[in-house]
Amino acid sequence: MKLKTFKMGGVHPDDSKISSGAAIEELPLPQTAYISMAQHLGAPAVPAVQKGDSVKVGQLIATAGGFVSAVIRSPFSGTVKAVEPRADLAGNMVPHIIIDVEGDEWLPEIDRTPDIRREITATPGEILAKIQDAGVVGLGGAAFPTHVKLAPPKGKTAECLILNGTECEPFLTSDDRIMRERPEEIILGAVIMMKALGVDKCYVGIEENKPEAIAAMKGAAAGYAGVKVVPLRKKYPQGGEKQLIDAIIRRRVPSMGLPIDTGAVVQNVGTSLAVYEAVQKNKPLIDNTITVTGKCLGSQRNFKTRVGCTYAQLLEAAGGAPENAAKFISGGPMMGKAIVNLEAATQKATSALLVLTEEETLRKPESNCIRCGKCADACPMGLQPFLLSKYARAGKHQDELEEEKVFDCIECGCCLYTCPANIPLLDVIRPAKAEVIKIMRSRPKQ
Amino acid sequence: MKQTIVSPSPHLHSSLSTRSLMRDVIIALAPAMIVSVLFYGWRALMLLAVCTATCVLAEWFITKFMLKRPDTVGDLSAVVTGILLALNIPPASPWWLAVVGSIVAIGIAKMTFGGLGQNIFNPALVGRVFLLVSFPVLMTDWALPGGSWNLFGPSVDAYSGATPLGIAKEGLLNGMTLPEIFAQHPEFTWKEMFYIKAGGSTGEISALALIIGFTYLVCRRVIKVTIPLTIVATVAVITAIFSAVNPDVYTGPLFNIFNGGLLLGAIFMATDYVTSPMTTKGQIIFAVGIGIITVAIRYFGSYPEGVSFAILIMNCTVPLLNKYCKPARFGKEVKNG
Repeated sequence: MKLKTFKMGGVHPDDSKISSGAAIEELPLPQTAYISMAQHLGAPAVPAVQKGDSVKVGQLIATAGGFVSAVIRSPFSGTVKAVEPRADLAGNMVPHIIIDVEGDEWLPEIDRTPDIRREITATPGEILAKIQDAGVVGLGGAAFPTHVKLAPPKGKTAECLILNGTECEPFLTSDDRIMRERPEEIILGAVIMMKALGVDKCYVGIEENKPEAIAAMKGAAAGYAGVKVVPLRKKYPQGGEKQLIDAIIRRRVPSMGLPIDTGAVVQNVGTSLAVYEAVQKNKPLIDNTITVTGKCLGSQRNFKTRVGCTYAQLLEAAGGAPENAAKFISGGPMMGKAIVNLEAATQKATSALLVLTEEETLRKPESNCIRCGKCADACPMGLQPFLLSKYARAGKHQDELEEEKVFDCIECGCCLYTCPANIPLLDVIRPAKAEVIKIMRSRPKQ
Repeated sequence: MKQTIVSPSPHLHSSLSTRSLMRDVIIALAPAMIVSVLFYGWRALMLLAVCTATCVLAEWFITKFMLKRPDTVGDLSAVVTGILLALNIPPASPWWLAVVGSIVAIGIAKMTFGGLGQNIFNPALVGRVFLLVSFPVLMTDWALPGGSWNLFGPSVDAYSGATPLGIAKEGLLNGMTLPEIFAQHPEFTWKEMFYIKAGGSTGEISALALIIGFTYLVCRRVIKVTIPLTIVATVAVITAIFSAVNPDVYTGPLFNIFNGGLLLGAIFMATDYVTSPMTTKGQIIFAVGIGIITVAIRYFGSYPEGVSFAILIMNCTVPLLNKYCKPARFGKEVKNG
């Protein structure tokens, strides 16, 4: 049978899943932890503790800064050392709560046993409240607060839930590992979210390069009505919400629209696990699985990491960086962010620390556009990157850029990845897109 | 901490480069080159060498001494132009004709516009058409195989023939009907034309060799099938209709597809990235135009062959086609209130 995939565009980078064989292990607790207040989409969280306060694991340390925001619960026990700005991975100063870690004392209501709690007693309202109270955010990358996503806006109804286990970025294996090691808990998380949304169908999209994960998830899903595992043909960016919905239910999110316009709600498998733990085990989102990988590294690892450890600590635990390590990336190689500051803290949605050598990540010198159209063929949104970049470089072409739907760009990087002339397409399109969206937002609403 | 690289995503790049794409085109042209050398001997080899060397040298000289830019010969596009030009002129062409054509192709058609990617017309075709209108006698001097092995002089001892297209056209002008002309030329079977055929430009002898190159380019995803197939289909449909209506005057589909430069043009010249449209819709319009103009010139024009002119004429429409033929956008068709 021919496997499903999204229809438009996409590229096939080497998947480099070299860390997929490494079982998840616990990263040792650090001496000092740094909890960022800006680790989700929307308003930053507001610190609820002060210097000198003692905290336990699971205790509320920051409240939500608005409706689209999330609370933060302490991943550590110890004493608050400071509440002050600290550099994030890009070097920007962001408020952090800094904790001196002492022991590992958890709030008593958190169920720390390995038992799987299958009986779902919470009502839809209670589920949403628990998810919100646990500070769960989307772990697929954007860190959008999950309780908001599970409450469709008025006038829109959800028809199905789609679990995103595609992990289409090369190198990343954290989702692969949790699907292999904790499949039933992920499926239970899906069942809980189905209940909250009032839907009876759930599709779990997993790319074909993870056969063990597909088998484990199929086995776990067998006992749950309405949950179906859908193996997908490997193609980047299949994990993009719009692409995944297209691949699985063959509906397309309209331009400027939301996924819910197709009746689908997409959640990452990691998020599903966090939902399960929040609702069934009273465990807030305080840790996640982070892949530490790179062809130049001595060992490939998958660490269960408390939120607020540093990238340097992860790197150290994996044996340190070799001489030829040139680029440190938080996330995958296609959409991840280059790390300026390895002392920056990991966040709820951090998926990987990837180390590349100069050779692997070298950008070759740019030459003339040969109008091959490969960027347009690769664009999963049907845009014409060569044209967008031409307008963007010329400047003052916001009207043309808007007409060419620059705002539809999902910044997946397929155009830049594929360009034979090495034109930095996305590099120039990205700021132009931000500019156009700013202009569109500043217009009076009709 | 030591210095690290910080740049926006993506952090990887595919192995594609202009050079790798051009290398694939050269590989795809190899079967046609080999057949032409086997068939026309040293003469074909000489033309290939002279055209390629002149194109590369011309590009190197112009970038280095006239434009004062870093030279771009490393991208191999000048090599492709040289090979295509050599395959598009008669095998009996003297060496200086090849030099003149190459200088026109690179100097005028490519570098005056700003080099690779900026030119409006296919450089090799501009070179060929320039030679055709400037040296009409030499450019229609079709040496048959077994002809000259004399490398650098004019092809004195070559037996000059004519192409099947030329023979048909001349016969028709002299008042003969096609069945009469074909009766005089029993060698015009399509099988012969498909594998190897006498007469025509250096690269036109074997349709099979060109189709092998086409298959390679498609498998390597260098080109898509859209343009070549649409051109061939357009020519087939039009000639089928005309030849069915009046078989005495209008040649049929197989004769038109496997003769002259149609396959060479459709596979290697009309698919040139720079001078063809970028979207499928645009490519179909472009290819249909080439097919119509080719048949029109062959049927009604004074030249027996029209592929070069057809491609150059449609090259002019490319900027317009690129402007008005947009790809389908994701999510455009779904409209929610």
